[in-house]
Amino acid sequence: MESFSVANLAVVPQPAATFFDRPCSFLTGSHLKAPFRSITKSNSPISSSAIPKPIRAVFSEVVAAGSNLGCQQEMITREEGLIIYEDMILGRTFEDMCAQMYYRGKMFGFVHLYNGQEAVSTGFIKLLKQQDCVVSTYRDHVHALSKGVTARSVMAELFGKATGCCRGQGGSMHMFSKEFNMLGGFAFIGEGIPVATGAAFTSKYKREVLKEPCDDVTLAFFGDGTCNNGQFFECLNMAVLWKLPIVFVVENNLWAIGMSHLRSTSDPEIWKKGAAFGMPGVHVDGMDVLKVREVAKEAISRARRGDGPTLVECETYRFRGHSLADPDELRNPDEKAHYAARDPIVAFKKYLIEKNLAKESDLKSIEKKIDELIDDAVEFAEASPVPPRSQLLENVFADPKGFGIGPDGKYRCEDPGFTQGTAQV
Amino acid sequence: MMRCVTRSNTISSESIVSVSMVLNQCLRRIGHVLSFGPRNYSTASKQMNVRDALNSALDEEMSADSRVFMMGEEVGEYQGAYKITKGLLDKYGPDRVVDTPITEAGFAGIGVGAAYYGLRPVVEFMTFNFSMQAIDHIINSAAKMNYMSSGEISVPIVFRGPNGAAAGVSSQHSQCYAAWFGSIPGLKVLTPYSSEDARGLLKSAIRDPDPVVFLENELLYGESFPITEEALDSSFCIPLGRAKIEREGKDVTIVAYSKMVSYSLMAAEILSKEGISAEVINLRSIRPLDRDAINVSVRKTNRLVTVEEGFPQHGVGAEICASVVEESFEYLDAPVERICGADVPMPYAANLERLAVPQIDDIVRASKRACYRSTSGSMTVSG
Repeated sequence: MESFSVANLAVVPQPAATFFDRPCSFLTGSHLKAPFRSITKSNSPISSSAIPKPIRAVFSEVVAAGSNLGCQQEMITREEGLIIYEDMILGRTFEDMCAQMYYRGKMFGFVHLYNGQEAVSTGFIKLLKQQDCVVSTYRDHVHALSKGVTARSVMAELFGKATGCCRGQGGSMHMFSKEFNMLGGFAFIGEGIPVATGAAFTSKYKREVLKEPCDDVTLAFFGDGTCNNGQFFECLNMAVLWKLPIVFVVENNLWAIGMSHLRSTSDPEIWKKGAAFGMPGVHVDGMDVLKVREVAKEAISRARRGDGPTLVECETYRFRGHSLADPDELRNPDEKAHYAARDPIVAFKKYLIEKNLAKESDLKSIEKKIDELIDDAVEFAEASPVPPRSQLLENVFADPKGFGIGPDGKYRCEDPGFTQGTAQV
Repeated sequence: MMRCVTRSNTISSESIVSVSMVLNQCLRRIGHVLSFGPRNYSTASKQMNVRDALNSALDEEMSADSRVFMMGEEVGEYQGAYKITKGLLDKYGPDRVVDTPITEAGFAGIGVGAAYYGLRPVVEFMTFNFSMQAIDHIINSAAKMNYMSSGEISVPIVFRGPNGAAAGVSSQHSQCYAAWFGSIPGLKVLTPYSSEDARGLLKSAIRDPDPVVFLENELLYGESFPITEEALDSSFCIPLGRAKIEREGKDVTIVAYSKMVSYSLMAAEILSKEGISAEVINLRSIRPLDRDAINVSVRKTNRLVTVEEGFPQHGVGAEICASVVEESFEYLDAPVERICGADVPMPYAANLERLAVPQIDDIVRASKRACYRSTSGSMTVSG
């Protein structure tokens, strides 16, 4: 694994991810016969592993030229551009407001913010249908918002109010929504991956056993630290084995709390690990929403067609600490500056204006609209009631009394003839 | 009050010290009746917080025996997720303070293997909730090993980390594991409360030839307790399986461990103003459980209240109650009162969380109930 200095970074613009060089042999499973070669970006020097110790200041050319966005084959329409921009601004503004509210004591416990990684969430989730599933980690506010959960219900959940998406019982790390198929929100690293694999299993089962027309796809979002966890590898194996409609999205932001990815991983290039299981592994610049979107389109349509899973490693960065309680002392300020210069929102705004897809005023009005939306969400959350005492004991089971289902298929406790046990105390 | 201090627990230790200093100053100024921890006797000269107590114990044991090493997430460069291992990396180097990738099953297993083969690992779980990912190794590879191998292979390992509820961290981060681990033969389970407990029990645990699960409490890390010169000595060890009478009394026995000891002591203060003298026992050790101390106390006071944060069914209180009923039944003048966490996963909302964890009034009310009720009265028909 070579290490590249930042000088290369400035001079060589990021190529678009060019996976699927169309070797059909791979896509049809004949990789089982031939030694597998993973199809990924062939010679981009930029991978997370290439960022060594102290980073020198980034050449101003990179920022000025916006060369990150130079290689799009793909053109987006104005409407798509505005939707993408609005989603990223929503994510950023929401997270900034969370920080404010936390320091004012409205939110408590662990809050993990997503600033800087919006391109990954927007790039992937905006391509999904409502029935597709998203499974995430504790850094899940923006995934929930991109998937469609309203800012009001997420904010109320963070405040611990009864109008939150989980009625205040889940909190920051546990965003669930049946309506939008947001399946969590998990505190444990790696916990969401088997869950996502299971949701993908359900899609396939519906199609093949229940014979329903189901092409729902699942996206599993997780970080670089998770890629050293056993569950990750176990699920890569099973997803390929059973050809499940899932995309494993690694948000490689180089840090797991204070543990650098390079210190904890024998081979830091995560995209390669798909190859060991017979899955295409792709590396993409996660600070560039259009690149992410392009890769996401391919991966998601691959899953929808029934061709199986994909592992996508997005090189991204979190601008804030691991959580709002993290002093964030271990990350080099030069590294932070390097990525701050690649802010996905700034870059995309520049792109939209340069390609004449939007005017400055359009974008300003979107920003204003989102500010108002977030302020409204905060007011709503403030004004909402806290959960009533009676809510404490609710929802432990789906079954209201815990006596199970009777032979007629209804809950036993609803049967007027049912008495609770044989003894009355 | 408690919550203010604890929310800063994972921030740098300087801010923790400053927050707790400010709080302590406020309390002294107000001349507040309630104090953190046991009463200050004039003979106790030094104060030490639990975090420093644990850190000093680890430091001393690592310097005394070079087979002792630390392993866990963020224990090295980050100085510990809760700053318990602060400074140890600089002192002992990365070979003895090992930062692991995020794989509890993996590194707990590696620790167990190292213990089989001659080292003395101290494995840190960022919280004991994460021990569930490693529980196979804790129980099957560590706890059962000495028995399965008939004494051939002993496992001198310590699994330590914060246990139980913190503040606003929701259900997957708030479970208390004392009851689960306490039911396993072959495992020693310790629950320190004060700084002295933390130091003495951790040192004993590290020197112990058997697997020890060391359940700390995040909310106690920043709390300061008076500490004696004897406790500061590097050979200071506390025996396992021996409870401590934190406060003597004669009307009702309150048995608790970890954080709940501080609540019990505060409840005892309140009760003493109402003429009820409560004896507060700090268990210190869940396994082996000091049944003798509990029974002797119940035979003296005739009433028992157990307090724990964990779930009620099959909890520590259930075991204590069974032990007392088996051995001191004739001495009981009232049914045993069990105070536990609510029988629900911990909710996130602050008001619900308060309802789900025992509070001081719960202990006070239960103690009063234990004192005014008699066994004969509850069985009569009309009541």
